[in-house]
Amino acid sequence: MKIDSIQNGIVLDHIMAGKAMLVYKYLELDKLNCSVAIIKNAASHKMGRKDILKIDHPDYDINLDILGYVDPGITVSVIKDGATVEKKKVGLPERIVNVVKCKNPRCITTTEQGIKQIFKLTDPEKRTYRCIYCEAENQGEQIKW
Amino acid sequence: MKHLIDPMDLSVEEINELLDLADDIIADKDRYANVCRGKKLATLFFEPSTRTRLSFEAAMMELGGNVLGFSSSDSSSSAKGESVADTVKVVSCYADIIAMRHPKEGAPLLASLKSDSPIINAGDGGHNHPTQTLTDLLTIRREKGRLEDITIGFCGDLKFGRTVHSLIKALSRYEKIRFVMISPQELEIPEYLREEIFDKKGLSYEQVQTIDEVIEKLDVLYMTRVQRERFFNEADYIRLKDTYILDVQKLCNAKKDLSILHPLPRVNEIAVEVDDDERACYFKQALNGKYVRMALIMKMLGLEAGR
Repeated sequence: MKIDSIQNGIVLDHIMAGKAMLVYKYLELDKLNCSVAIIKNAASHKMGRKDILKIDHPDYDINLDILGYVDPGITVSVIKDGATVEKKKVGLPERIVNVVKCKNPRCITTTEQGIKQIFKLTDPEKRTYRCIYCEAENQGEQIKW
Repeated sequence: MKHLIDPMDLSVEEINELLDLADDIIADKDRYANVCRGKKLATLFFEPSTRTRLSFEAAMMELGGNVLGFSSSDSSSSAKGESVADTVKVVSCYADIIAMRHPKEGAPLLASLKSDSPIINAGDGGHNHPTQTLTDLLTIRREKGRLEDITIGFCGDLKFGRTVHSLIKALSRYEKIRFVMISPQELEIPEYLREEIFDKKGLSYEQVQTIDEVIEKLDVLYMTRVQRERFFNEADYIRLKDTYILDVQKLCNAKKDLSILHPLPRVNEIAVEVDDDERACYFKQALNGKYVRMALIMKMLGLEAGR
């Protein structure tokens, strides 16, 4: 299968196989008018299988916190004029803002208007994030509410 | 210290300073009678409370300051739908310091992000209650003369009891504390606390189901209420409920200098007959709550007593 290389934009590589659509939804790529290539189950020396996303948008401002939260192993490559000018691994973000919503019904975030949903990383090994207000643990991944 | 939201916001040094100041206030109340003259404490109680609100207000009055506020959300603009953020922004225009209780967890933290005046968390749902922890620490230190080398038993509802969780965290920073957890299986302390506090720090703890099997070795017994609705089945509640009621009979094997604490309100978990035993400290504990809040208000306002 051949996917054209992008000239100016971003390539998200080493996405855990099967997670490309989750990343697509978290980043709200459906709202972009540019070409977005979703490559699923590509062969990988390191991972066996991986997903790749190619975003053909020269000024796309990527939210690395969301990426790191969904899959800290993702590699982000910035492409300019067909060449890679920057490449980085995202890693786990210390804080995520308005990515997931606290599910604790007793939390102030359930009633206060306009409050930001902020979670902080409390256990990098277990990838545990807790709500900064009530300290409830985030229960798995969720798409934006 | 700008705000006090979580008991762990305070370092051991800060806690010790507060307890020292509280001791000094108890020893020489007159010297502190006018420290807060001209200052105002707002007590924003979005849910009812007896001891905490009154002790905050009494604390400010004994420091010579004034008090304003409300004691239920019905009598505030939150009944009209005002947000916590807006309420606090407005009140911080009128008060020098704010003590806030709210049924929603994290409300005081939100308030602290919006307020120009220092915020003291006076209890947020089942989450934090730092001034109760300070009260408990002051009581233990005054009764035992130390906060190290103590065997402390926590009895009752250890799963949902916020006062228990906070006190365990606070005491875990002192040397040679031996924790004895006394509860039915359904109400044992949450696993994350066991892992994060006891296991990670390698602290000494044991878990038992009855007071009788451990009472003789305790220096402090911290009682809490076991509520019927916490049990999965009625038979277990009936089988175990009396196990967690402290009476004179159970105290027969206890040390002569045991200190019995309870955050109150008590329902029936400590028999009234125990009140006359000199080891009962829970009413002294309520009084200590006022003194430690006086110390806290002073520290947070940056005030000192004159010589």
